[in-house]
Amino acid sequence: MDLLLDAVAAIGRAGLRVCRMAGAVALFALEALSHLVRPPFYGRLFARALLEIAYFSLPVVALTALFTGMVLALQSYTGFARFNAEGAVANVVVLSITRELGPVLAGLMVSGRIGAAFAAEIGTMRVTDQIDALVTLSTNPMKYLVTPRLLAGTIALPLLVIVADILGVMGGWLIGTLRLDFTSATYLRSTFDFLQAGDVIHGLVKAAVFGFILTLMGCWFGYTSRGGAQGVGGATTSAVVSSSILILALDYVLTDLLFAR
Amino acid sequence: MRDDGGAATPKIRLRGLRKAFNGKVVLDGIDLDVRARRSMVILGGSGSGKSVMLKCVIGLIEPDEGVIEIDGRNVLAMSRREREAVNDRIGMLFQNGALFDSLPVWENVCFKLLAQGRIDRRAARDKAAEILAQVGLAPSVGDLYPAELSGGMQKRVALARAIAAQPDIIFFDEPTTGLDPIMGAVIDGLIVDVVRRLGATAVSITHDMASARRIGDDAAMIHRGRIVWTGPAASLGQTGNPIVDQFARGEREGPIQMELRR
Ligand SMILES: Nc1ncnc2c1ncn2[C@@H]1O[C@H](COP(=O)(O)OP(=O)(O)OP(=O)(O)O)[C@@H](O)[C@H]1O
Ligand SMILES: [Mg+2]
Repeated sequence: MDLLLDAVAAIGRAGLRVCRMAGAVALFALEALSHLVRPPFYGRLFARALLEIAYFSLPVVALTALFTGMVLALQSYTGFARFNAEGAVANVVVLSITRELGPVLAGLMVSGRIGAAFAAEIGTMRVTDQIDALVTLSTNPMKYLVTPRLLAGTIALPLLVIVADILGVMGGWLIGTLRLDFTSATYLRSTFDFLQAGDVIHGLVKAAVFGFILTLMGCWFGYTSRGGAQGVGGATTSAVVSSSILILALDYVLTDLLFAR
Repeated sequence: MRDDGGAATPKIRLRGLRKAFNGKVVLDGIDLDVRARRSMVILGGSGSGKSVMLKCVIGLIEPDEGVIEIDGRNVLAMSRREREAVNDRIGMLFQNGALFDSLPVWENVCFKLLAQGRIDRRAARDKAAEILAQVGLAPSVGDLYPAELSGGMQKRVALARAIAAQPDIIFFDEPTTGLDPIMGAVIDGLIVDVVRRLGATAVSITHDMASARRIGDDAAMIHRGRIVWTGPAASLGQTGNPIVDQFARGEREGPIQMELRR
């Protein structure tokens, strides 16, 4: 009996902890967003964060998208050949990339890079009193550290996904024309014939949400880290793990909301 | 303890300041007056709550109870905006420097001036060179990053950053810990110098008796979360208070028992 009660209590406590944290993260995000409309604005920091997220993630995201497009073309060809539906390869590649794989893979790759980097950077600032120092230097640390990064993350991910979409389709086209027996013109025609603007736009909306989430996780775990190098290491891990899980979970939710009508 | 020598309001006045972390009492009713344009040193063992006390005054830690008055006004009852205006006039040197390692030294030094819009970025480099000169550093140091400096240079840069905006009140949290004795004396000299030049009120935390006598006009001893003694800094070592005298002479036997057990 006691054992059962203990178990229930433990589950309850864990549930409460998750709720409390979700609430705290939400308040943190709201405060950061409220600084978007209150001066001063840190344009220089925003530009730096945008450069770090968008520009320096380009190679990673581009390579990921290219290879994913190539694999998709090969795999779907094998499958569709069994139904004599090889012509659908180009469609499958472009739809999978724009609607699903572009945003998700870019989100996961960038959260490994940026979520971790932000958590480590802000966490180090926390444990070395640099965040306290900001307060004594007439600067709001949320406005200075978090708001520019959140904004940059939300804008950078859609930009990266546009690149990912193009390179993903290019990967499929490369395989389609070099390894499979498509002509360049047929492949491109069937790529664009069935593609709708909505497919691309919804993918970009997903990307913006993922960009917001992964920078939010990086900033939150960094900002609240405690206890020296170990604390910062833990914050980095938590940021990457939680943003990866949230990206996959939100991907489902958003797909449900955006596509499945 | 009567210490308000006349009608003048103290610059900083603490009454009944209490703070506990997870049930562990750190500040247990701090009463302290710091008079304007005086330099007060705070003594106390490691972990006795000195840094926590300063962080309460500057608003980085919310005390559980008590009154903090600056210029006779309770800062704990102020709106956020008023509190920020008060903090604009306070400078702080953190125990470990807390320099921004992503910014070059010149930007660190002029950070508050830039944040308050008192100078633009173009003028900031020259201004930084000027302030660095006051703490005995060459203008070329301005282009280095904090990680490229020695510990003593970092302390000087942190000092330069704390005084750059010409504050009314300056807090120094262990400005000389971890420095060689000569560099310690140099930093002490700089502190005395800038405090006098700015006409500021200074509160310094230190473990070092020689340093305490050099920097301080007044001294206060914190022990078990309370101020147990205040008096002139020059009398340290022969105050007649057993706690202070034990601390000042660094004796193992006496009223202060180091808590080695957890
Ligand atoms: N943010 C915090 N959370 C929990 N406990 C804290 C926090 N800050 C300080 N403490 C605790 O308060 C006590 C006093 O810390 P404080 O940093 O003020 O000591 P100190 O007097 O400055 O010591 P030192 O001379 O070593 O710097 C310590 O036991 C510390 O563990
Ligand atoms: Mg301390």
